[in-house]
Amino acid sequence: MLKIKNLHAGIEGQQILKGINLEVKAGEIHAIMGPNGSGKSTLASVLAGREEYEVTEGEVEFLGKNILDMAPEDRAREGLFLAFQYPVEIPGVSSNNFLKTAVNQVRTYRGLEPLDAVHFLKLMKEKMAMVEIEQKLINRSLNEGFSGGEKKKNEIFQMAILEPKLSILDETDSGLDIDALRVVANGVNKLKSEDNATIVVTHYQRLLDYIVPNFVHVLYNGRIVKSGDKSLAFELEEKGYDWIKEEVDSVA
Amino acid sequence: MAKAENLMVEQLKNNFKAFEARLNGISKNQWHQMRKEAIDAFTSNGFPGVKDEEYRYTPIGKAIEKNFDLSMLGIETPETGTFVPVFSKEHAIHIFIRNGKIDHENLNDISEAGVEVCSLKDALVQYPKEIESHLGKYANVHKDSFAALNMAFSNDGVFIKIPRNTQLEKPLIVHYITEGKGEEKIFQTRNLIIAEEGSNAKIIESYTNSDNIRQFSNHVTEIVVKANANFNFYKLQNQGNQAYHIDSTYISQLRDSTLQSYVLTLEGKIIRNNLNIILDGENCEAHMFGLYVIHEDSHIDNHTSVDHKAPNCYSNEVYKGILDNNSKGVFNGKVFVRQDAQKTNAYQSNKNILLTDTATINTKPQLEIWADDVSCSHGCTTGQLDEEQLFYLRSRGIGKSSARAMLLHAFVNDVLDKIEIDFLHDYFNSEMYNRLDWES
Ligand SMILES: Nc1ncnc2c1ncn2[C@@H]1O[C@H](COP(=O)(O)OP(=O)(O)OP(=O)(O)O)[C@@H](O)[C@H]1O
Ligand SMILES: [Mg+2]
Repeated sequence: MLKIKNLHAGIEGQQILKGINLEVKAGEIHAIMGPNGSGKSTLASVLAGREEYEVTEGEVEFLGKNILDMAPEDRAREGLFLAFQYPVEIPGVSSNNFLKTAVNQVRTYRGLEPLDAVHFLKLMKEKMAMVEIEQKLINRSLNEGFSGGEKKKNEIFQMAILEPKLSILDETDSGLDIDALRVVANGVNKLKSEDNATIVVTHYQRLLDYIVPNFVHVLYNGRIVKSGDKSLAFELEEKGYDWIKEEVDSVA
Repeated sequence: MAKAENLMVEQLKNNFKAFEARLNGISKNQWHQMRKEAIDAFTSNGFPGVKDEEYRYTPIGKAIEKNFDLSMLGIETPETGTFVPVFSKEHAIHIFIRNGKIDHENLNDISEAGVEVCSLKDALVQYPKEIESHLGKYANVHKDSFAALNMAFSNDGVFIKIPRNTQLEKPLIVHYITEGKGEEKIFQTRNLIIAEEGSNAKIIESYTNSDNIRQFSNHVTEIVVKANANFNFYKLQNQGNQAYHIDSTYISQLRDSTLQSYVLTLEGKIIRNNLNIILDGENCEAHMFGLYVIHEDSHIDNHTSVDHKAPNCYSNEVYKGILDNNSKGVFNGKVFVRQDAQKTNAYQSNKNILLTDTATINTKPQLEIWADDVSCSHGCTTGQLDEEQLFYLRSRGIGKSSARAMLLHAFVNDVLDKIEIDFLHDYFNSEMYNRLDWES
């Protein structure tokens, strides 16, 4: 599904990603962990098409297509979804109008008829129930004045509505109370299928009790320096990152 | 005025004599005295130059001298009567001013709607009391040269009186239409509107230039909003990119009256709006809204002034602009709170989005407060579209131009929603989209 080869990217001449290699197949869940500032969000942003980052080397293939030259909206329409670490507030844009526009532009791209008001409403209700999000949040401007947890929930709600092939969840668990965490994780699991895949970026092993990964990777200083199964997450939780940093720095 | 311009002064004086001669008969009335005072004021002050603080960022005087044959001042241009307004007939009461001349044909039907309307010329005879008390009483020919030029050369326009306690059901639209052949058109139109006690009305001034002809239009409207009246005044400016337009509105509000003013601008070469409001009685409310969504090399200047002369009044001003390409914006908002005007509440805000590096805005609030028990605030912001918000929308599959449109709409929406006339709201909204080519 996703093939990242030797990806180098940076901003204003500063290298942040220094050769990322990663392959994600349909049906898999990958966790990416790593110390603050190691480049996890940058990787997510580059995949989603944020233009301020410059890709200097490498390739990214998604569902057989090179996506590096694609506009962010086209990547989304192809089935890529990024749940942001810090979702922005957009006062004056109604959540409802935003979602309807998004759904229908994605559908049009895929050669489907746009949803009419009735069917759109039905889709909304169904997904709202799935991620246990309240109508009163949807009635407000997009993310405006939402609490941290409400914003994260809203990301998962949008994911549920758009039904992406590949979801990248950037610290969606940070700042969630235990109930919200369970709801979010349940939502992700319900949406999981043999045809889609998920990358979860997290600092906490706790999330991985709910969303069980097939692989765990450690991103450090712009590279994936260690990969393993879910037991690696336990090891990191216990020992921190110093032992990995030492391993890497001694080789360098 | 510089010597080199003496020629122009002589020319104007001759024009004025010829103009007055053509008015035969009615030249000996009160209007005539005011005209003479005005031409003297104009010839001694001239067009405002760049040194004039009030016109520093908008050199419209120079542009007019350069681009127009001023010997045409005071000479009527024929109208063709071909232009059809975009707003459907039944939604409003329509008045047409074509190439500066009022279209008399439909005026009779209008009186049936509960409002008194005639040409300003006819008002001299039919409404002498109103003319004597109000014409030229607010637009000061010594303070503003364009007011002087207008007073000297204007000969037509509309007189509107909303009688006591009359509630106008439909809005009344005055269409100012520039149409027909020819290189350029010059108009000095003048209006007087009186909203009598307890009346309630919506009036729209809509400007169009159907053949995109170069025009110099110098427009003055004086408005009196009497006690306890509710008056809604809209301007819709969409005159193509060849219009040099000075649009001066002088509003005097008496006690317990409410004003809603909306200045909606889409296009013009140079547009200068002077909105002057005097709150001359206790417990008045003045709401001033402005939207300018312009592109290419349009230049829009909004100078507003609200003068709190009486206590317990409220004024609120919100102007918002979106500037694309090489367009230029100027905003100057004056708020005066006189010593007697205790318990004044006055708020002002001007916000702008520049869509390119070459679009510019000059914004300046100017508050002068002599009373001590007041609550006043002002603020202005200028920025670009928020890249992070744009990326967020696009990352959900929304195309770039739709995403831009959503954000720009969100920016103007609070003001747009204040437009209480549906067809006007929808018209501005869709023109705004077309203008900036936001749809993907
Ligand atoms: N827009 C930017 N401008 C300048 N520096 C940036 C920018 N984006 C990221 N960086 C830098 O790149 C490095 C990686 O940042 P990134 O946000 O990808 O880290 P992260 O792994 O997601 O960290 P965290 O765990 O704290 O979320 C940091 O040093 C950061 O300061
Ligand atoms: Mg991060």
